[in-house]
Amino acid sequence: MEAVDQAFVSLKHWIVGLFPPVAQPWASILLSITPILIFFPLLFGITTILERKGLGRMQNRLGPNRVGPAGFFQFIADGLKMLTKEDIVPRAADHAVHFIAPFVLLVPVLLAFSVLPYGRNMVPIDIDSGLLFFFAVGSATELSVFMAGWSSCNKYSLLGAMRGIAQMISYELPLVLASLTVVMMVGSLRLTEIVDAQSVPYWPWLPRWHVFTPWGCAGFLLFLVAATAESNRTPFDIPEAESEIIAGYLVEYSGFKYALFFLGEYLGLFAVSSLGITLFLGGWLPPFAFLSFIPSWLWFFVKLLSMIFLFIWIRGTLPRLRTDQLMAFAWKFMLPMTLINIVAAALWHFSRGWEVPFALGLRWLSCAAILVVPYWIFGRAVATRFAKRIYRYAT
Amino acid sequence: MLGSGIAKGMIETARNFVGSYTDESRLVTVEYPEERLPLKEASRNFPFLVYDGEDAAPGLRCVACQICEKECPPQCIYIVKDTAKKPDYLGKMQFQPRVFDIDVSVCMSCQICVEVCPFEAIKMDTEYELSTSDRFDGLLLKKEDLWKSNEYYQKIHPTEATEVDRRLAEEKAKAEAKAKADAEKAKAAADAKKAATATAATPSAPTSPAA
Amino acid sequence: MDAGFVIIAALTVVSALAAMSLRNLVHCALCLTITFASLAALYLKLNAQFVGLAQVLVYIGAVAILIVFAILLTRSDDQTPRAAILSPAWWVGAGVAVAAFCVLAAAICSSAIVKTASTTAPAISVEGIGDKLMKDYVLPLEVIGLLLTAALIGAVIIAMQERKQT
Repeated sequence: MEAVDQAFVSLKHWIVGLFPPVAQPWASILLSITPILIFFPLLFGITTILERKGLGRMQNRLGPNRVGPAGFFQFIADGLKMLTKEDIVPRAADHAVHFIAPFVLLVPVLLAFSVLPYGRNMVPIDIDSGLLFFFAVGSATELSVFMAGWSSCNKYSLLGAMRGIAQMISYELPLVLASLTVVMMVGSLRLTEIVDAQSVPYWPWLPRWHVFTPWGCAGFLLFLVAATAESNRTPFDIPEAESEIIAGYLVEYSGFKYALFFLGEYLGLFAVSSLGITLFLGGWLPPFAFLSFIPSWLWFFVKLLSMIFLFIWIRGTLPRLRTDQLMAFAWKFMLPMTLINIVAAALWHFSRGWEVPFALGLRWLSCAAILVVPYWIFGRAVATRFAKRIYRYAT
Repeated sequence: MLGSGIAKGMIETARNFVGSYTDESRLVTVEYPEERLPLKEASRNFPFLVYDGEDAAPGLRCVACQICEKECPPQCIYIVKDTAKKPDYLGKMQFQPRVFDIDVSVCMSCQICVEVCPFEAIKMDTEYELSTSDRFDGLLLKKEDLWKSNEYYQKIHPTEATEVDRRLAEEKAKAEAKAKADAEKAKAAADAKKAATATAATPSAPTSPAA
Repeated sequence: MDAGFVIIAALTVVSALAAMSLRNLVHCALCLTITFASLAALYLKLNAQFVGLAQVLVYIGAVAILIVFAILLTRSDDQTPRAAILSPAWWVGAGVAVAAFCVLAAAICSSAIVKTASTTAPAISVEGIGDKLMKDYVLPLEVIGLLLTAALIGAVIIAMQERKQT
């Protein structure tokens, strides 16, 4: 199934060949980015409806089921609603900054999509420091939160913006440090090389994905938590939840600009999920060799959908963390655990040359011990604070 | 261990998710207006008038006594008595209402009209889909909108209706028994009178025949 | 001296001038961020990937946020001055700026970088930078780390003291 796997690549080469040589670089660039611009907003629409129906089923109810078959055209109805709503800007607001803020969110997030490998030979831009590029543009999105909160000339949106920025910069550190272990072990920042390093399985039934190593498993979990916090999703959605300070920094945005913020947030979620898949879950690689007849971009899409479902599942399960609980969690738990994870990854690397019997098992156990023992100690230390509550009057 | 609560919560949500497709009790949504929740028997919304039998106008139990109009707290009932009379279920001639209006935008469903009606003529309906686009005339229910048959009453409040029917049947039986007893007494009195006139008339039998 | 360089350089200069002279403080901070971004574009144009991306990550992602946090936490009301702040002795400042520029230009033009013309740009990878940092320049790296730790502890102590006073 090589042809199906490389279908998009060959299609792009054929179309670029139709242009005159002077216009070919431009055509190539446009053809690389247009599918991203079409596909991911469509996936955003489908994700909103999957989220509403998934959350509904988890909460013993149906989701929207009136528009389209089983309600799957609801995102079209929502999009039309957002487009036709009146765009209200407060009179005292800073109009220029208020207008630009959604774009400052969207543009870096779309830039981040350009270095991710979506399939075999399917990276829009394959630069040497792809991971660094991703984190650099990811950190530029925090400025839009400030711009949105400040320009609304509303003290509640300012408070919400402050909390939002504090949350985003606190969780950026565990995100980067969790990815650092992967870079350490692979030895390169290039995302295609990171995927290639996960291609040869240990045994036919165990892929060499980073998530199947102790440091990779812990790193993936830490990455997952930090990614949830970076995209402002439950349980970390204090800045923008409906029952919080009236939607925080987004309160003065209506209609299309709100839809752009929404789009930017979900696109950020897709980008960081795709990065997690590339770093830890083997990117576009199939888990077992006999499944390689399924195209690589389809594997990537399946993994992306399962990550999205995981985020929806977590959203349906957990209550929201308060801001101080959130910050304490980032600085007092996540950061030490990521540093310990780096030590465990270093042990894994240096123990590669062990010649004792059951070397793999021994390496696994020792690295896991380095990670699990501090986790367990920390759990015991805070268990007193989370003791079972005694209610005096309620039975 | 830290994190076990999260794991337990996620298992529960997963069970809800999967169960909502397979298990009846895990998906309790009633898709109105295609499906409706069955109402309890004692539910009530606004009043209606009961008529016995097939035809509404001759079978209407209401005799326009206007007790409900006087007892209604927000005064939402408006009754105008008709000049013509009609027989009720016992055969006695009773008044009937020409106009019987209830303004359901005012009615507060307190059921006082039902409690004070001596003729079991007005009962509480369970109909709740009464929305209309006309705020004034659309919410003024007239006699023709209000009268519904006794079968309908049996359907929506079976226990109450059976009780009412039993009581009315009892009354009817009592009235019939009384009527029969009266008739027998009258017959006996007539017989006695006939015997008395016959005995009084026998001394002068051939000349004056019994009148 | 191609079109790309001219555009990026013009953007840098214009946004730097705007950052100096705009009246609204938040607009100044945002124009400074544009300056940072165009500097990063210049680095990327010179194929210095690590420096360019680190410029975005550090300056736009951290320093600009720091500046806006400082504005956020210290200026609660919008005190935009009505008239542009222009002192009567503005020619003194202009003269000092021109003198400084001339000194810097003279120093750069007579330095070794301009004299030894290199034909090809050196291909520096992130791995090479990491290598150099950990082998040849490990002492400055550790000293910088120590300095940052001291700054972090100092910030925590200042914040804690403020809480104890209230």
